Amino acid sequence: MATVEPGTTRTGRARELGLLVGAVVLGMGAFAQVELAMNDTLPADFYLSTAGLIVLATALHLLVRRVAPFADQVILPVAVALNGIGLAMIHRLDLAEQASGRTSELAGKQLGITAVGVVAAAVVLVVLRDHRVLRKRAYLAMVLAIGLIVLPFVPGLGVANYGARIWISVAGFSLQPAELAKIALAIFFAGYLVTNRDTLALAGPRVLGVQLPRARDLGPLIVVWAVCLAILVLQRDLGTSLLIFGLFVAMLYVATERISWIAIGMVLFAGGAALAAKTFGHVAARFDVWLNPMDPAIYDRAPGGSYQLVQGLFGLASGGLFGTGWGQGHPDLVTFAESDFIIAALGEELGLTGLLGVLMLYVILVQRGFRTAIGVRDGFGKLLASGLAFVIAWQVFVVVGGITRVIPLTGLTTPFLAYGGSSLLANWIIVAILLRISDAARRPAPLPVRGGSAPVIHEASATPEEDADDEPDDAVPYPGPEPDTQATEVIR
Amino acid sequence: MNDAIRRVSTVAIVLLLALMVAATNIQVREAPSLNADGRNVRSIYREFGVSRGPIIVDGESVVSSVPSDDAFGYQRTYTDGPLFSHVTGYFSIVFGRDGIERAENEVLNGTADSFFLRRMQDLVTGHQQRGGSVELTLARKLQEVATEALGDQRGAVVALDVRTGAVLAMVSTPTYDPARLAKHSSSKVNDAYQELLADDSHPLRNRATSSVYPPGSTFKVLTAAAALESGAYQADTVIPAPDTFTLPQSTSVLQNFGGSRCSPTGEQTLADALRISCNTAFAMLGGEVGQEQLRKTAEAFGFNERSSVPIPVAASRIPADLTAPELALSSIGQMDIAATPLQMASVAQAIANGGDRLEPYLVERVRDANLDVVSEADPSSAGRAVSGTTARALTEMMVGVVESGSGTAARIPGIRVAGKTGTAQTTKDAAPHAWFMGFAPADSPQIAVAVLVENGGSMGSEATGGAVAAPIARKVLEAGLR
Repeated sequence: MATVEPGTTRTGRARELGLLVGAVVLGMGAFAQVELAMNDTLPADFYLSTAGLIVLATALHLLVRRVAPFADQVILPVAVALNGIGLAMIHRLDLAEQASGRTSELAGKQLGITAVGVVAAAVVLVVLRDHRVLRKRAYLAMVLAIGLIVLPFVPGLGVANYGARIWISVAGFSLQPAELAKIALAIFFAGYLVTNRDTLALAGPRVLGVQLPRARDLGPLIVVWAVCLAILVLQRDLGTSLLIFGLFVAMLYVATERISWIAIGMVLFAGGAALAAKTFGHVAARFDVWLNPMDPAIYDRAPGGSYQLVQGLFGLASGGLFGTGWGQGHPDLVTFAESDFIIAALGEELGLTGLLGVLMLYVILVQRGFRTAIGVRDGFGKLLASGLAFVIAWQVFVVVGGITRVIPLTGLTTPFLAYGGSSLLANWIIVAILLRISDAARRPAPLPVRGGSAPVIHEASATPEEDADDEPDDAVPYPGPEPDTQATEVIR
Repeated sequence: MNDAIRRVSTVAIVLLLALMVAATNIQVREAPSLNADGRNVRSIYREFGVSRGPIIVDGESVVSSVPSDDAFGYQRTYTDGPLFSHVTGYFSIVFGRDGIERAENEVLNGTADSFFLRRMQDLVTGHQQRGGSVELTLARKLQEVATEALGDQRGAVVALDVRTGAVLAMVSTPTYDPARLAKHSSSKVNDAYQELLADDSHPLRNRATSSVYPPGSTFKVLTAAAALESGAYQADTVIPAPDTFTLPQSTSVLQNFGGSRCSPTGEQTLADALRISCNTAFAMLGGEVGQEQLRKTAEAFGFNERSSVPIPVAASRIPADLTAPELALSSIGQMDIAATPLQMASVAQAIANGGDRLEPYLVERVRDANLDVVSEADPSSAGRAVSGTTARALTEMMVGVVESGSGTAARIPGIRVAGKTGTAQTTKDAAPHAWFMGFAPADSPQIAVAVLVENGGSMGSEATGGAVAAPIARKVLEAGLR
């Protein structure tokens, strides 16, 4: 819990600046090592790229000082560090492609997308002065999320690549709408759960010492489950399906503190996945690949063989403890090394040491997210922050777990590191929302906190309309314009 | 809600920790097997990407890596490839490694344990991993003479330094050019390899170490050694040497070479029997000495034992539980007795060295990339084969073979040469293998040599060890002593 002594809370922005310098140096150093290892010189675009990184980091830092001075100081530097490492690796893979005579300018594009992402984060920070505004838009968020998820099915817009129908193509740019949908869904889940948590938490029969939910309260869970299965089956996207379902179950648990929800959720998903594996060849193929990747028959099978996974494992193995060094391995041997398999590329060139370092950055980022959730005073903020923090950890787990054979391989991107516009954009927006909530969490209250007030159990029969204006039990008044006024007035 | 958030946050940490454990598992525990997987082209790239150390003969690199412009980074080059091919082996992107390239791979690519400190230094100073160099014991001159003397006959020559066990020459013919297998085009390499495989004369086979042949009469030296070691015989002990010998429990009749007579009296001294290579005398002697004593002696000389020099050497064999007729034939180096040319050279070395057999070796010195010596050959005894007395007696008997027996073609003016010829029957239709093993000078031995010419070489069925193999041995000994 953040200390909230009025007048003594320091913003700690200098600390953020210090960490940012470290993060930028990390990215620049990586870039420089790539250039020196592969070209023996630092070309002009090195200064251009790194200057771009510095400008973006500085601009965002200055903006945070202005509009969210009490925001967490670690989240932004970690995001910049991960983004910089990713850019360096993508650039390194570009150079490998160019060395073999092909054109590849992914790093330039990724830098452009980083700029778009940072601008989007800035817009969110400026426009969204109070995260609780989002609670009122929960159902709008749901509509938006479903719209984004079905977009790839719109004729002329959706594109199917490599068997998965998860992209849309707009004016030459391809987008993965599900990446943005996860934010909308987190907002919707937080809004829905904060309103209905009491019902979901308390009602229901006890069976064998476990409090089971009422049958009719299972409705929303079943709906989300069905949507996820539909994504799995219709879009052939195991990753997004797993991501959304994991997000929902985690947030459901945070809202209700009932283990039975997790158990029911896991049983449902395992059942659905097992059924899908039985019914659909492409899901079954993923399981084969996961369990017996080295089997020559599975290795040589095309499509749906383990070639890519095994190449990734070879890359990791050749990295060993300390890696080959930037620019000195062969990460380009792995298909999609710049996106799905960027972790294998990093593991090869930075070794286990570097890979653990990268994973530690995620641990720090995720922990800062959860700290924010604990620190913030309103239930909606708690749910949203913990949902967003969890979704980062969960996405890293699903994608890196696929590469390291903890779970079957799915087609998700590694947050901030991997090449891919939608993912990077979505993750920068998540950073902005977390910064906004953490600003609220650490901002000193103008009035003494209502101390020692016992939690008030709300009537289970409360109507949604009443609930919308209802402050959660552990909330304190927000030191700004009342959130239930018009959204335009919120912006100071 | 805060308790639940803490718990979910713990779950998130556990998930990420699981990834760390999985990554550690792959990058540390499973890495060796993944790196060794044949489908992992990275291993090849890495092998070729490091500056692989040279293989050196007489102070000059005969195998080295030069930078190349392709994806591999370095091209392995072989100067006088065919001359050293069976020792150096090859380094191929398709077919892996062979010979010293394989046996000393970790030295050559710089990953050997003995380079640990060097690698740590390289890690700190940012140097790329570099390979160490391997200096061979081979003497170019002897290698050339032996290759030329064998000519286009199929066979092998091994010459050893009597006082150290160092291999001075190791030639196997026909030979091949390792450079053809070291090319970076897998189709060209594949074509070359298939061509070598399809060749009936098996050019890829190192006949000196990996093939075993019936040693024929050269094995009589071991039978004589067994007799002398038993204590019941001296060089001048008179033993039966009839014109024919009917094998025990059999109607088969053993004759002497070309049906000749060993002695008008039907008996002769052990030394004379060896000198003229009398079959009946040794077949009977083996029966008298007994198979236990014969096998014990042969094993003391290195039979029934695999070794590595560090190229792997096939075990030469003398079976147990021989029947009486089998023992009679084994005593003259036929039946199931089989030996590599290196083994027979080692027998000669042991006798020349007063009965102390030394481990043969090919690597004189290993240096790291900075040319600091990392390890140096340390001649070591493989155990006492026979007593000094026996060794001296055998030496005199073998001198007799060259001076006035079956091996006169090995005589060198002014130098006493000890040796033994062999003409080993193979199958009915094929010409016999011609053998010679020996050493010189007999009084203070320096070089031991074994020569094998498959199926009589250029003389075919008329060949004998004395006519075909002895002159080759003479040329090698002469070159070595000059």
